[in-house]
Amino acid sequence: MPLCLCGDIPLKLQRKHILGLQEMSAEEINLVLDTAANFKEVLARPIRKVPALRGKTVCTLFFEPSTRTRASFEMAAKILSADTSSLTVAASSVTKGETLKDTVLTMQAMGVDCFVIRHPQSGAPEMATRYVRGHILNAGDGCHEHPTQGLLDLLTIREAKGPIENLRVTIIGDLLHSRVARSDFWGLQKLGAKVTLCGPDTLLPPEFDKYGACLKTNCDAAIEGADVVMLLRLQNERMDGIYLPSVREYAALYGMNARRLKRAKPDAIVMHPGPINRGVEISNEVADGERNVILEQVTNGVAVRMALLYLLLGGEE
Amino acid sequence: MDLLIKNGRVIDPSQNLDTTADVLIENGRVTAMGSELRNPQSAIRNLDASGCIVAPGLIDLHVHLRTPGQEYKEDTQTGTTAAARGGVTTVCVMPNTAPPIDRRSVVEDILQRARTEGNGVHVLPVASVSIEAKNLQLSEMAELKAAGAVAVSDDAFPMQDAGFMRRAFQYAKTCDLVTMLHCEDTALTHGGCMNEGIVSNELGLRGMPRLAEELAVFKACAVAREVGNRIHILHNTTKGAVEQIRRAKNDGVQVTAEVCPHHFALTDEACRGYNTNAKMNPPLRLQEDMEALIEGLKDGTIDAITTDHAPHAAHEKEREFALAPFGIVGLETLLPLCLQYLVEPGHLTLTQVIEKMTAAPARILGLPYGTLQNGAPADIVIFKPKAQWTLHAEDLASKSKNTPFDGVSMTGQVEATIIEGKLVHHKDTKNTEIS
Repeated sequence: MPLCLCGDIPLKLQRKHILGLQEMSAEEINLVLDTAANFKEVLARPIRKVPALRGKTVCTLFFEPSTRTRASFEMAAKILSADTSSLTVAASSVTKGETLKDTVLTMQAMGVDCFVIRHPQSGAPEMATRYVRGHILNAGDGCHEHPTQGLLDLLTIREAKGPIENLRVTIIGDLLHSRVARSDFWGLQKLGAKVTLCGPDTLLPPEFDKYGACLKTNCDAAIEGADVVMLLRLQNERMDGIYLPSVREYAALYGMNARRLKRAKPDAIVMHPGPINRGVEISNEVADGERNVILEQVTNGVAVRMALLYLLLGGEE
Repeated sequence: MDLLIKNGRVIDPSQNLDTTADVLIENGRVTAMGSELRNPQSAIRNLDASGCIVAPGLIDLHVHLRTPGQEYKEDTQTGTTAAARGGVTTVCVMPNTAPPIDRRSVVEDILQRARTEGNGVHVLPVASVSIEAKNLQLSEMAELKAAGAVAVSDDAFPMQDAGFMRRAFQYAKTCDLVTMLHCEDTALTHGGCMNEGIVSNELGLRGMPRLAEELAVFKACAVAREVGNRIHILHNTTKGAVEQIRRAKNDGVQVTAEVCPHHFALTDEACRGYNTNAKMNPPLRLQEDMEALIEGLKDGTIDAITTDHAPHAAHEKEREFALAPFGIVGLETLLPLCLQYLVEPGHLTLTQVIEKMTAAPARILGLPYGTLQNGAPADIVIFKPKAQWTLHAEDLASKSKNTPFDGVSMTGQVEATIIEGKLVHHKDTKNTEIS
């Protein structure tokens, strides 16, 4: 059912900013997923352009290097006919240069309707909401959340597996530092999945147990009977060198390979937020295998970001 | 200026006193106490304290006055004004200034500023245990003491090396100085910015585990037992730390301890929303820790209540949570928070709470204040214990407004503060130089 993109009564989210999935309800998440599913039709058209956000300005503000998330946001905005501007702030200048407050105030003065913020510090997008009139869309903050990644993962699972309720999902990797894992976890939990988190105790915060997650340090046991296996990138840049003895040992204990994957359900899918480290958290054969949906995740990323921009900005005067 | 304080309820824990009486002050000292004291001279001024508590002025063992070097956060004038408004008549100021209090000239500078820029609040410098606060070379403690330092401390730069700690304790003992300790195992807290737990996990912020404090308290007590010196553990926040101190005291270690009101008034939940005014070190902890701190106050494991008054400019706190500095202001909320969180729920009596801020800190450092005995310096706080008011951060006298209690309803209000017989603060009077 195609969405009426210049419609009279557009559906809207009852919130101004998208900071994380922890604060969103299942209804809100489903609204975003349904809207994104509809936008996939637009992505399949020969002319990928709709006028929904004509005259709106989306500013991507990246304080941390990123290729795909930024490209995905810009593509989503452009397909919806929004104007985009972008600002890259080198991480090093955060401590000596302009403060986040002044950066967002400066960009706002140029006229921005929606800020897309990626920042190495947890809470930076939430802090920005105190200073700007426009919308804030969190594109990943520190170890806190990466809500668009969480939503695109949910959309991908839904497409592959149907309703998320009661699916068994295993997330493997650096749970301590992963904003992707946090967003995925909150989203999956709200939609009723059974979530297992797996990693060495150095990277597996025991606090997740309090929210009903199943925590496992043994990877084989964690995968047993899973419908979905989500791998996290081993984030070397967040490692102080005291969490793991070596990449080699991590690959041996937690790397996903064809043998290990046999423990999951025969139709289980393998997901990864990218960029993948072949030979570390994912073997070549799994990375190139039939069961991974990694490229679907990328496509769905554009659809989910279109949906969020549309739901936040669409129909606004 | 002589004063006669009439009709107040006088509570002086140093004399086990709780009675309605008049207090006479002559030449800056308490000279008489009793019912319906007569004005000995017609020129003497009366102060009506009906419905108020009259107590010794509060002694705060743990204040960052930021001078010298960081006067944009606080200076002697604003800091002592904030103290007087909070009923605090003595502040012990911590050595993490710029330069640190590690040489005679800095001690003298602080004392000089207190005389020229202060309002009469006693400003007592606490010297650094080490040169440049680097914990590599002992400071000249004997000279620092001679210049006016009342203790030595590693606050803000906690000693990690037990070898250096033992030498520092031995040398401080030689100089008969109490060592005030910031207990934190920094290998466990490195890069952390709030308590490690459910909230830090949800916010994606690096945590500071409670273990880091308990271990450091244990270590300090063990070293002090060996050396036989006197130590004072600053700002305790965890159940484990309280247990370590209780055990050490039972074992005869010469250890005293303090807590700050925010640590028994708030938990790490206050950090939600990335509220940098709830960021301090040690951080806000959990409900069970608050309960343990209160239990420690009740059974005497925790001797004193202090503020760790730590002003920071607004632009410093308007940062990403992990990048904002640690600390909150506390001088003007000390008494109300104690009344609200300790006295009102019935954990401690009014007398016990006052003792923790008068007689106890005076005893810890051997100060001549914190008492209304005949002949003592007339440092007095007069307050209404049940008055309700709302704190507005912008109204604080402190130069910095970094408090998590902005807009919060407070119980108990300081009416007047007297230091050596001089009225330095009165709630209803802007100009305290009235006669």
